Amino acid sequence: MVIETSRRSFLKSAAATGAALVIGLRPNGRLAVAAGVADGPAELNAFVRILADGSVQVIVKHFEMGQGTTTGLATLVAEELDADWSRVATDFAPADKERYKNLLLGAQGTGGSTAIANSFTQYRKAGAAAREVLVRAAAETWGVPASEITVENGLLKSGNHQAHFGEMIAKAATLTPSQDPVLKTPDRFRLIGKDGLPRKDTPAKINGTAIFALDVKIPGMVYAAILRSPRFGGKLKTFDASAAKSVKGFVDAKALPTLEGIAVYAKNTWAALKSREAITAEWDFGEAENRSSDEIIADHVSLLDKPQHQAMKDADPAKTEAALKMADQVVEGDFVFPFLAHAPMEPLNCVIEPTEKGVRFHDGCQFPTVVQNVAAAILKLDPANVEVRTVYAGGSFGRRATPVADYQSQAAMAFALLGGKTPVKLVWTREDDLHGGFYRPLVAHRVRVGLKDGRIVGWDHRMAGRPILLGTFMVPEEVTKSGIDPTTVEGVQDTHYALPGLSVGVSIPKTPIPVLWWRSVGHTHTAYVMETMIDMVAKAAKVDPVEFRLSLLAGEDKNKKRLAGVLKLVAEKAGWGKPKAGNFQGIAVHKSFETYVAEVVEISVKDGAIKVEKVTCAVDCGVPVNPDVIRAQMEGGIGYGLGAIMRNEITLTKGEVDQHNFPDYEPLRITEMPQVEVHIVPSTEPPTGVGEPGVPPLGPALASAIHAATGTRVLHLPLVRGGVKFA
Amino acid sequence: MAINLNVNGRPVTVDAEPGTPLLWVIRDELDLTGTKFGCGVAACGACTVFVNDEAVRSCQTMIEDLEGANVTTIEGIGGAAAKAVQAAWAKLDVVQCGYCQSGQIMSAISLLKSNPKPTDDDINTAMSGNACRCATYQRIRAAIHHAAKIMEG
Repeated sequence: MVIETSRRSFLKSAAATGAALVIGLRPNGRLAVAAGVADGPAELNAFVRILADGSVQVIVKHFEMGQGTTTGLATLVAEELDADWSRVATDFAPADKERYKNLLLGAQGTGGSTAIANSFTQYRKAGAAAREVLVRAAAETWGVPASEITVENGLLKSGNHQAHFGEMIAKAATLTPSQDPVLKTPDRFRLIGKDGLPRKDTPAKINGTAIFALDVKIPGMVYAAILRSPRFGGKLKTFDASAAKSVKGFVDAKALPTLEGIAVYAKNTWAALKSREAITAEWDFGEAENRSSDEIIADHVSLLDKPQHQAMKDADPAKTEAALKMADQVVEGDFVFPFLAHAPMEPLNCVIEPTEKGVRFHDGCQFPTVVQNVAAAILKLDPANVEVRTVYAGGSFGRRATPVADYQSQAAMAFALLGGKTPVKLVWTREDDLHGGFYRPLVAHRVRVGLKDGRIVGWDHRMAGRPILLGTFMVPEEVTKSGIDPTTVEGVQDTHYALPGLSVGVSIPKTPIPVLWWRSVGHTHTAYVMETMIDMVAKAAKVDPVEFRLSLLAGEDKNKKRLAGVLKLVAEKAGWGKPKAGNFQGIAVHKSFETYVAEVVEISVKDGAIKVEKVTCAVDCGVPVNPDVIRAQMEGGIGYGLGAIMRNEITLTKGEVDQHNFPDYEPLRITEMPQVEVHIVPSTEPPTGVGEPGVPPLGPALASAIHAATGTRVLHLPLVRGGVKFA
Repeated sequence: MAINLNVNGRPVTVDAEPGTPLLWVIRDELDLTGTKFGCGVAACGACTVFVNDEAVRSCQTMIEDLEGANVTTIEGIGGAAAKAVQAAWAKLDVVQCGYCQSGQIMSAISLLKSNPKPTDDDINTAMSGNACRCATYQRIRAAIHHAAKIMEG
């Protein structure tokens, strides 16, 4: 496996994006043009294809789950190419961990809100290189100096000469582009940072023609549903499929070699689901999670008494304890965060079919390189012979990226069990999705903050939760040995608040329930704890929560200044301290994935029921490439975070998940969607991610608004568990 | 059993077991994949189609009840409301992942056909059965208002 950088380290390196990307883009042949193209299309480099009619195809190395990457990468190329936006289309790149790797991840993949950050220079260079060979081709054709050729909206012009890109591709394809093309200075941007660029994926998504993995059909394909152990870690003992034989369309049922379940094959989806219902199975629960979630929570909380590991290198818990003893006030909080399912609208699925040398997946997945490696191991193939055709993903929020390629490995096993010649479509139902694990970890926090004369003198922070990265190939052995999962402590350990006497203790509970990053990962809980504690401490110190935060963010440090910047901006735009008559406000600010977001939540209360009226958001994500996509991601992150914090949780009774479908894992509905107003900070810093950072501040801002309105402080989520009623 | 029905204006005969949801007939047998599967229990609206001009959840509409019915999917929509809704969706770039949007659009068309000038409350009530995990709801509301304006001319 080649992914050497941890999620943590690549996120950190995003801070130095500009420099890192320039180094990563030194001449390496990628900007070479394809030779021998007569009538097009011509691939002018790995990222730009020009068709004979002059239209442009941008080859997108990331997948599209709604976050706007296709539009973003197309913008970067079109900007430098001076293309006509209406004649730019996108095409997903094949799986190729060298040509199409994420420069921050080290392998092909989408995650950690890195798509624009790692592509910003790379895709602009690709556009500039393509422009350069087109200009040189026109110069040779017309016998004029290249310097006298202008490019505008996809047209090359010089004097009386005019041509669209397609007319020059035959010659352009014979030229060698310079390896370091000159990029535009920001003052010359026509597309980057501008409104009015329609999304590239809109047309296909409003007329039913967009293809998701669930829509892929291969001649002769069978449909496979998986009958899984009802408890995590259960192993199949025996099963009886005789009753399934009377289901019309039933093909076969076979135990998966891992004994995690039974692949049930049929000629269509409905028959696969009916056949699965007809099968009975016996399971060995000896190694399974057999507890109820209340017991699991109690176990997590008990581990807070004695942290197993310390996350802060220079911290001394004894000194923190001494500071707390000296304090004249101690503010305390015990927090519990439930397991959360991602529940993307499209239940997980993929199609696998045989090819001459191996197999091809049709999949909307986040980590094609991982799928290649995992499937290759199962099918005894060279990973290079595992093709991945990327199709649109119906949401993901992190779920379509697991270090073990969970659902793709089921598809590969099901395919192999049938003999490796029949195409197989793996289908999951909503129930499979909610029962399927890979949840946002259940996490408990205990925080004690000492105040002396209104100032923080000690911060004892303890956490217990399953790690996401430790023990996987995605982090080096020594990180696993340290016991500190970067995705557990992010948002606490690296806080930019000036917190004297901060110590962070971590414990790792045991359970076979698999956990995973869920839109904004560790920040889903750490932002809630940090910002709720800050709100509580500010109130104890009798200082306005905005003023209190600004006092902890004083100084010249760039992170502090940018956090303070969004905080002040959101306070001004939302009218902080001046809610509509009868309404209440809460505020929070948090940095995640190198992006700074502050939010003010305004609520009303009627007959004891809370309605979220408005969320004002300020975001600083460096150069804003597509402002409307940024607004959409903030709106979406706020809505996604809101539904979860209000009422979502995955619970277990004697090892079995209690939630089955949307009626008991209710998504946010349109009736509950507040008005969202987004303000983007103008910036010349390198662009950073926007898919995740809208989520973290929403929960704590809402919780502090609820506290302002009702006096209720909910520390054990979701909010409905704390007795909060919503209209 | 063989069932005769009209799908997007074309007569088709399908062979399906009683109890088979229309959703899977549309998707697996007729290869009209714009209609999506999200929950299978009529709780998300991703599978919304028109049966005899009425919006229904195709995951809970059984094939045996559809002899002679006119079924319209996202691929077959037309008329003033449909055009206005699609134009408004494009103008406001409503979509994110897009998976629920066929169902959202079908429900929006159905609303505007019966109520050409809906209020926010009307929209909320009519659209509350259509879930969107990307939470594009603010734009859905705005787009329905915009479509209403387009239809007004």
